[in-house]
Amino acid sequence: MPRAVRKMARIFIQAYGHMLLQRFLVRLLTMLVTLFGVAIVVFVVIRVAPGDPIAMMLPPGASDDDIARLRALYGLDKSIVQQFFIWLGGVLHGDFGTSISLRQDVLGLVFDRLPATLELATVALLMAIAIGATAAILGARSRGTAVEAGIDIASGATLSIPDFLWGLMLILLFGVLVPVFDISGRVSPQLDLPFVTQFYLVESILRLRLDLTWDLLKHMLMPAVALALPLAAIIAQLLKQSLKEVLDLDYVVLARVKGFSETQVILREALKNAALPTLTLVGVQFTFLIGGTVIVERLFSYEGLGNMAIDAVINRDLPLIQGIVLVFALLFVLINLAVDMMYALLNPRLRHG
Amino acid sequence: MDEARIARRGLSPRLWLAGGWLLLAMLAAVFAPLIAPQDPLAQDLMLERLPPFWLDGAEPGYWLGTDSLGRDLLSRLIFGGRIAFIVAFAAATSACLLGSALGLIAGYFGGWADRIISRVVDVWMAFPPVLFAILLVAVLGTGLSSVILAIAIIDWTRFCRVIRAEAMSQARMDYIESARIAGYGRIGIMLREVLPNVLPSVVALLSLEMGIAVIVEAILSFVSLSISTDDPTWGSIIAEGRLSIHQAWWVLVFPLITLILTVLSFSQFGEALKARFDPVLR
Repeated sequence: MPRAVRKMARIFIQAYGHMLLQRFLVRLLTMLVTLFGVAIVVFVVIRVAPGDPIAMMLPPGASDDDIARLRALYGLDKSIVQQFFIWLGGVLHGDFGTSISLRQDVLGLVFDRLPATLELATVALLMAIAIGATAAILGARSRGTAVEAGIDIASGATLSIPDFLWGLMLILLFGVLVPVFDISGRVSPQLDLPFVTQFYLVESILRLRLDLTWDLLKHMLMPAVALALPLAAIIAQLLKQSLKEVLDLDYVVLARVKGFSETQVILREALKNAALPTLTLVGVQFTFLIGGTVIVERLFSYEGLGNMAIDAVINRDLPLIQGIVLVFALLFVLINLAVDMMYALLNPRLRHG
Repeated sequence: MDEARIARRGLSPRLWLAGGWLLLAMLAAVFAPLIAPQDPLAQDLMLERLPPFWLDGAEPGYWLGTDSLGRDLLSRLIFGGRIAFIVAFAAATSACLLGSALGLIAGYFGGWADRIISRVVDVWMAFPPVLFAILLVAVLGTGLSSVILAIAIIDWTRFCRVIRAEAMSQARMDYIESARIAGYGRIGIMLREVLPNVLPSVVALLSLEMGIAVIVEAILSFVSLSISTDDPTWGSIIAEGRLSIHQAWWVLVFPLITLILTVLSFSQFGEALKARFDPVLR
């Protein structure tokens, strides 16, 4: 690290580090409380499920002795509170149990599928930001004209239609009417995959196997657009609003007087200061987007975590459901924490607070 | 002319269009046995995958065509509307009552009540809603009441968050103080003064939530976890359409259009009502 950067970092940490650390610890604590709450809810929901999980694991005709032994093995003969802490202890050690339907370690199954979902969600997020920001800048540039009104109407309608319906529309348009993209799966099954991790997209780029990248993107594009559109609409609306507010401020007027064009003014001066409220919102909305992957993956037969979750529910595979829900919850609170810290770092008012 | 009046004038056609579609769809659902041209469950393999009326090979009486079992699509959509609207009203109203009550308490009373309720909302927000719904229905067992209960259990937080924030800002206003000096009790003030002022937001959210409930029901029946598989629902028709998409696109297109119109109408109707009743905008 160059010396100047190091020096700046030191000054920064001295000035704001204490406050940030405090904020971080408070948020971390809240996050842990939330996760504990999630664990309780998941545990309770699963335990009130009618139907004996042990009976489902054993072949029909098992003796009462076998049932009792298995009950003891899984701790089901203990009180519900004891059961909860035994289960929680296991979870904290990374022991999420064994999937009933797939007969494999739950954590392993979850980690196998998580990368596919993360890649899909990230591509969708990037698309949402690109589409939303473009629309916002375009709208702010031509404020008060028919273009802005058009963007308002389009974003309003886009926002009201959920990802599930966008997915279906895309399937009809680009899967059937003009079949340009693949509408099911993550990658063409006949392809030979050299990957060692489950991050296919990242790995295909790193290995410069762009043919595989293209195939992956062709599969990913439509589910990603379905997830991205509602978020893009929200970004377009909020960012445009913030941009319009900033564009009336003195320093922007000054930039305009200096002879910058309107687009230059927006990109160089206004965007930086207008982006903060949008950034916070995008963070929260990103968790909704990830939640949306559950049904969108199903719709496109994309082999991610959400698709596996629905199979797990249909098969009443309780350990697997627990594991997936907990991993989603962990992801959600981590994103919120990250957004919160980013907000604290970027917001000048908080920085001096 | 002030902005609010422009906004209101601009909103009216929206209100009429959205309200018109909802009324039409609801009437069709209520009088389904009278207007559906065919029995929605009647299968006839001689009539399988008939195209809609304007295409070659269509049969009179089967306006929107038939699915792969020869069941009339229009009749199934009309009967499916029954489930959709029952779920929309029952689930959204339950979520609204629960969420608004907790939101009012948290926002107006503050303190420990607020802290506990807000913490529970945080926990709820950490669940992916669709997965949560699927899980709850799997646990509660499929059926109409399970679907309604699941949606209410999940979506009360939407109302709670908004109403809490509104009640908080109302609680700080001068008129609340005057009411207190005038001798009203805290619960009296909450119900007489705060509640009417948060009502526009509640109404808008309620309408929006009905649209969401329709979608969630469609998603649940899409993954065949809603009500019994015999009764037609919009989601089960879509699931069928997704499977036969290359042979009979109409089985997917018509329920999709129905769902989009319904969801858009619910959200636009809510927005329009909010603009009309909002004391600030008015």
